[in-house]
Formats: sequence, C-alpha cells, structure tokens
Amino acid sequence: MNEPAPSPILTVRGISKSYPGTVALRGIDLEVRPGEVIALLGENGAGKSTLSGIIAGAIQPSTGTMTWQGRPYSPATPRDSITRGIGMIHQEMRLLPDLTVAENVAVGRWPTRAGFLSGKTMLRQAQEQLRKVGFTGRVNQPVRELSVAGQQQVEIAKALMLDASLLILDEPTAALGETETTALLECVRSLRTQGVSFIYVSHRLAEIAQIADRVVVLRDGEKVAEHDSGGISPDTLVREMVGRSVDRLFPEFDAPRDEVVLSVEGISDRAGRFDDISLTVRAGEVLGIAGIVGAGRTELVRSIASLEPLRCGEIKVDGVPLPPNDPIAAKAVGVVLIPEDRKRQGVILSDTIEDNIALPNLAAITRYGFVTPSGVTRFARKAAARFGIKGDIGDPVATLSGGNQQKVVLSKWLSSDPKVIILDEPTRGIDVGARASIYEVISELAQQGKAIIVVSSDLEEVLGLAHRIMVLAQGRNKGIMEAAEATADRVMAYATQ
Amino acid sequence: MTQNPASAGPRADEGRRSRRGAVKGVAWILDGVGGPFLGLVVLVVIMAIFAPNFAKPINLINILDQVTVLGILALGATAVIITGGIDLSVGSVFALSVMVLGWLSHDGGMPLWIAMIACVAVGGLAGLVNGLAVTVTKLPPFIATLAMMSVARGLANMTTDGRQITGYPEWFYSLASTRYGGFLSITLMALIVLYVIGWAVLKYRSSGRAVYAVGGSPEVARLAGIKVQAVTTWVYVVAGLAAGLAAIVLASRLDSSQPSAGEGLELDVIAAVVIGGASLAGGVGRITGTLVGVLIVGVMHNGLNLLGVSPFLQQVIIGVVIAAAVFTDVLRRRKERSA
Repeated sequence: MNEPAPSPILTVRGISKSYPGTVALRGIDLEVRPGEVIALLGENGAGKSTLSGIIAGAIQPSTGTMTWQGRPYSPATPRDSITRGIGMIHQEMRLLPDLTVAENVAVGRWPTRAGFLSGKTMLRQAQEQLRKVGFTGRVNQPVRELSVAGQQQVEIAKALMLDASLLILDEPTAALGETETTALLECVRSLRTQGVSFIYVSHRLAEIAQIADRVVVLRDGEKVAEHDSGGISPDTLVREMVGRSVDRLFPEFDAPRDEVVLSVEGISDRAGRFDDISLTVRAGEVLGIAGIVGAGRTELVRSIASLEPLRCGEIKVDGVPLPPNDPIAAKAVGVVLIPEDRKRQGVILSDTIEDNIALPNLAAITRYGFVTPSGVTRFARKAAARFGIKGDIGDPVATLSGGNQQKVVLSKWLSSDPKVIILDEPTRGIDVGARASIYEVISELAQQGKAIIVVSSDLEEVLGLAHRIMVLAQGRNKGIMEAAEATADRVMAYATQ
Repeated sequence: MTQNPASAGPRADEGRRSRRGAVKGVAWILDGVGGPFLGLVVLVVIMAIFAPNFAKPINLINILDQVTVLGILALGATAVIITGGIDLSVGSVFALSVMVLGWLSHDGGMPLWIAMIACVAVGGLAGLVNGLAVTVTKLPPFIATLAMMSVARGLANMTTDGRQITGYPEWFYSLASTRYGGFLSITLMALIVLYVIGWAVLKYRSSGRAVYAVGGSPEVARLAGIKVQAVTTWVYVVAGLAAGLAAIVLASRLDSSQPSAGEGLELDVIAAVVIGGASLAGGVGRITGTLVGVLIVGVMHNGLNLLGVSPFLQQVIIGVVIAAAVFTDVLRRRKERSA
C-alpha cells in the first residue's frame, strides 16, 4: 500500500450515464494500473455493464472523462477501444463457430504477404497467443467443437492478438465448472505477470477473493466501496452490494416426508451421455445433482422431464410410469423442468412478461375455446405477484434483469402446480439479492411437498439447498450422500475421480 | 354564469366519454399497426389528389376486387412468416389449383362443385408436402418451398400442356361480379370472413398463440408442451388451402384458368405481409397489419396505373416502398430500445 504505485494505465473521472428516466451511473472514479486485476462487483442493474460498456466504447457517457496511457480517451465505438488495446470478452461468446481456432484468433488482423493471406504466419501468430492463455486443443479444429472454457481461451487469445493490455471479462465463469474456472484463473494470473490488466466482473465471491488486487463495489450506479485487496470477508461484500445485511442466503428446510414422488430406475441415454442412473425423490425433498460441466447432468434431467428418448430404464411419478420423450405427457402428470439456458429455452425475450407466463398455461386460461387478452393478464398478474416479479407485465422480458427474468421463468412453470420440479442452474448469472429470493421460493415449494431436483455448478448452492446430493461424473452416478456428511471437498473428490 | 358549467358539465363529459370510447376502439383495432396504417392513409390521400378517378366509389370497389387474390394468399403467408418460415410456392400452387379446377370441370367432365373442392384440396395437399418437408425431412423452408414452386408450376402446365381453359358457368363467374348491396361480391365477402377468422384465431385461440411461440423460440415452445412440428406443418397446409381458395376467386374473376397464373405473385404476397409489420425472423406479425399491407400494395398498383406510370417504373416504386416500410420499422424499434 505504501510503496509507490506505478502510474495508472486507465483513469476514469466522474463518469455518469443517464438514460431517459433513470440514472445508470453517477460520478464513477476508477484507476487501473498495469498488471492489476480489478474486480467489479454489484447486483444486476448496479451499473457494472454500463461502466464496462463505456470503457469498451460501446456506450457513450453523459459526463466525465477518461485517460488511457496518459492521454485523453473517449472511444466512440468498440473499434476505437480495440485499436488502443482494450478488449472486452462478453458473457455470450462472439466467435465464428465454423472457422478454426487459429482463424478465429486472427480475425480482423489477418497477416498477409503480397496481398494474400499467409496461412503459415497466421498459424504461428495464433499459436503464440494461444500458448499464453494455456490453450491445449488443436488450432485447426473448428471452434464449434470446443468446450465453453476452450472458447473463452480463444476469445482471450483473440484480444491479445490485437495487443490488448486491458481485458474486461464479463462474468467469465458463469458457464464454467470448478476445474475450468481454476484453469481460467490460472490464465488470468499468468497474463497479469506479463503486464496485462483486467477488469473482472463476477458474482462469485470466492473467485474474487483468489484473483483480485482491488475490489470495487457498485450499487445503484454509485461506487459504494473500494478495497485494496481481494481478501475481504464475503459478508462485508454482500452487505455493500445489497445495501443491507443478508444474514442468511439459504433458508431453512424441513425434513422431507416419507412418500416417494419420483423414482428413476436404471435409465440410460441413447447417446451414452449418462448410464444406468437410479434415484428417488420424496415429497418435500431437494435432491442436488453436482458434477463438472459435461458430466451429463443436463442430459439426465432433460430425460427425467421426458424431453429426450431413453435407451432403457423407467421413470415413475407416484408409481405411474412416464412415457419417454413426451414433454406433453410429463407436463400432464406434473413434471416440469426449468431449463439452464434462460435466454434460449426459458423465455421468448421479445415477448411480454404476460405472454411468457401464459405460454405453458394456455389450457388453464382458455374459456369456451378462446384465450382472451384479459384472461392472460389476470392469470399473469396473479403469478407475477406470487413470485415478486418487478415491472409492468406488458413489458418485454428482454428489458428485465437476469434475476427478474428467472422469476418469470419460475412463475411460468410453477403456476400449473406441478409435483416434480427440476431446476437446472437456477441462479446462473443472477446477483445475490435475487438469488436469495429464488432460494426462498425453492424452500416454499419443498414445504408444499413438491419433489425437487436442483442441478448446479455452484457447490455452495448445492450444499446449501439439498437434503441429499448425487454426484455425476462421466455420465455415471458416483454416489449419493446426505447433506450432513457432504462437504465441498468430498463432492469435488467424487466428481473428479 | 355560475350555473352554466355545472349543468353543461355532465353532458359534455358524456360526449367526451363516448368519443374517448370510439378512439379507444380504433386504437384497439390498430394496435401495433399504426405505422403501416398511417402509410396507407397518406398513400390514399396522395392518390386521391393526383390520380384521376381514384377516389370514385367504383374505383375503390375495383381496388378491393383486385386485392382479393393477394389478400387471401397473404393471410396464409402471415401464419407461415410468424412461425419464422417462408412460402415461395404460393404463386405456383395457386396456378396448379386453378388448373385442377379447369381441367377436372372441362376436360374431366366433373361437376364444377367437385372440381372446386379438388382445387382447394390440391392446394392443401401441396401445403402438407411443404410442411412435412420442413418438419420431417428438415429442409429449410426456403428450399422446401422453392422446390414446390418449381414442381407445382410444372404440374400446372402438364394438366393441359400449357393451354388455358376458358368459359365457366354463369353462376360461377357471378361469384366475383354480382354485387350485393351495390358493392359486396361473394368473393369479397369470402375475403372479409377469412380475415375475421384468421384474426380471431391468431389473437384469441391457443393455437394462434402457439404459432407466435414457435416463431419466437421453437425450443421454448417445445418445453411449454406445444407440438411444434404439428403447428409448423399446419401453417403450410393453411397457406396451401388459401392458395386453393384464391384460385377459385381468380377463375371466377377471369372466367378462365391459365397455367401461368400467379407468376411472381409470391413476392407481392411476402411484400404485403412484411409491409404490414411481420418479421421474417418469426414471432412477430398481425392479421390487421397484413390487411393494411395488402391494401397498400393494391392502392399503389391501382393508383400508379391511373396515373399512367409504366409497369417497369411501378416495379421500381414498389421495391422502394418495401425497403422504406421495413426501414421505418427498424428505425422505430431502435428508438424504442434506446428509450
């Protein structure tokens, strides 16, 4: 703290951004020094994306100034920031899936010789950057074949190819499992020693504690705290983010009842993504399914919800067999899956809140063969009130925050009063405040006697919610343990064995 | 002085309320299609000022008659486009239907009413083939209906070896020419009834909402328990049935069947639907918008003819209007998003 700090590579002075009706950012000051990792924390809507967008040239500030490498900096487009060495890696990948790894890394700066593309030079340059990020795959395979983590490395290598000296990572680990996260953090650390600075946006406090040199907390568009090292207690950070203390993130759960609602007997996937899985879930019980990304968790729960065909095995709800690959039958007996990919599978983004909520419940809304707009509104209003959805139900879902969108997904599926509820990554990309209220909903559902399965890559979440935890690795059940005997270490040991 | 406002108040209030009710009603009908409707109004005013005889009742009725075929085809195309698909085969299927009608009733010697049923059924069958090609063999809609466009046109020509068939019974061609109440022909009545049905189904039936959901996101729709494949197949069948019905209208209007009927018509149909505010990306579109789009295309053709504009220049103008209509829509959306 007392040693002379190197001069900052980026300074941000009094940056504000207002939109008609709202102020997104208010007088933000920020300094980033070479080789420094700044963690940007805050709930959804706190202004993290706006601030990152302004630094990356995608959004123009209303007031305030910035300097970059000592000179005034006011990027009008993302291109301006890229040419000066600021790269932004978005949550959604922006790669060309059918081009090879090397071609993707070189996009926008293809090396030419006498006006023609030089494939050899491109390969060499791309390999050099890929080595820096620890990429281990083949450089001539199409990007489509890579895991999410692999694609992320390609994204970072691409930015380095453009001589980036500041990288903005927007929730880079949202879609990653534990081992992949470790690899990414390793990559960030090694780049930092080479003088690359980072602005690291994340909800995961554990990661931030490991990686950040400084932590900046935003709330309602204002900088509410700045800490000089990552080692701040999570409680403090949560309190600063939410503006009040969240004494407990996870609600209390009652012991499950005796009757078994869902029983799965020896099911196997046709494509071999999971094999010979048996499990039971009782009324009022939460079964957690843990495992690394690619272990077959999503495929398994999709099959349990009868969305995929089975090779063998049987699924019973209240003792009655469920036909495989028949989502309509599954819905009829009361099995619902709340899918992991909110934007692709959960909601129609361009539609209104009410239309989204109505979609799986049209049969209940139909009167004498007709679905009236007033019927839809009445139904949606009730559901929105029950799950605490903020905003007008006539607004498009695209305009909502992630947490609020997830509440729309929950109310859409839970309005039909199902028996078995499967939640796949229920809080991915959702901030702490909204997360607590989703856990509250899960606890209420358990109290009502629903059988619940929660799939999550967030170990803390699985441990905090589940009565029992099943660990899946390479499509096989590695063991089911009681919550009382489960620890993060034990679960990880099973998952990676 | 002091009493006047008090006694006049309630009555004035009442008048305002009923006026407000009327405004509300219009707003409800035009919900989401205000832009295209404004365009139609401007177009009609311009034509009424500059084109001779445009505003005469007989010409306005004439426009409605001219757009009946386009209108019926655009109805089916709206459903297809809302699901995110496209139907390039409507013009050819329409020609095949009209030839089946003439061929069965003339060369085949069958009663005309049977030929009429066959005409609609052939349209529906072609639509079914389109639908299955999209859902079962997973061809992209563009390719599946491009293939059908060629096949149906070929079959239409094969029925009579390219000859046209003329001369239908009087009752048949009077469907389009006898005007009840001075303006309403049977074919025009059919157009109106079909639009009311189409509007009500898309707005007030769960099957209509399923059409929007499939276009918005097939995966979300499937998870919601909607039979995505069945819905997709059905919209192509509806488009085919519409082509069959439009074929009857055409044969009645022209008193003949020609295998070259409807060449290039699929582009007018798509233009009308898109001008009406539907998105080729799927999930967005309204029957009221399509109706306005159809009228814009019809008014433009009619008015430009009256103005003596050459058909070649007309093509240029219509192209510009399509681009302008979609561009204003893009602008409006961008503004909404930034607001």
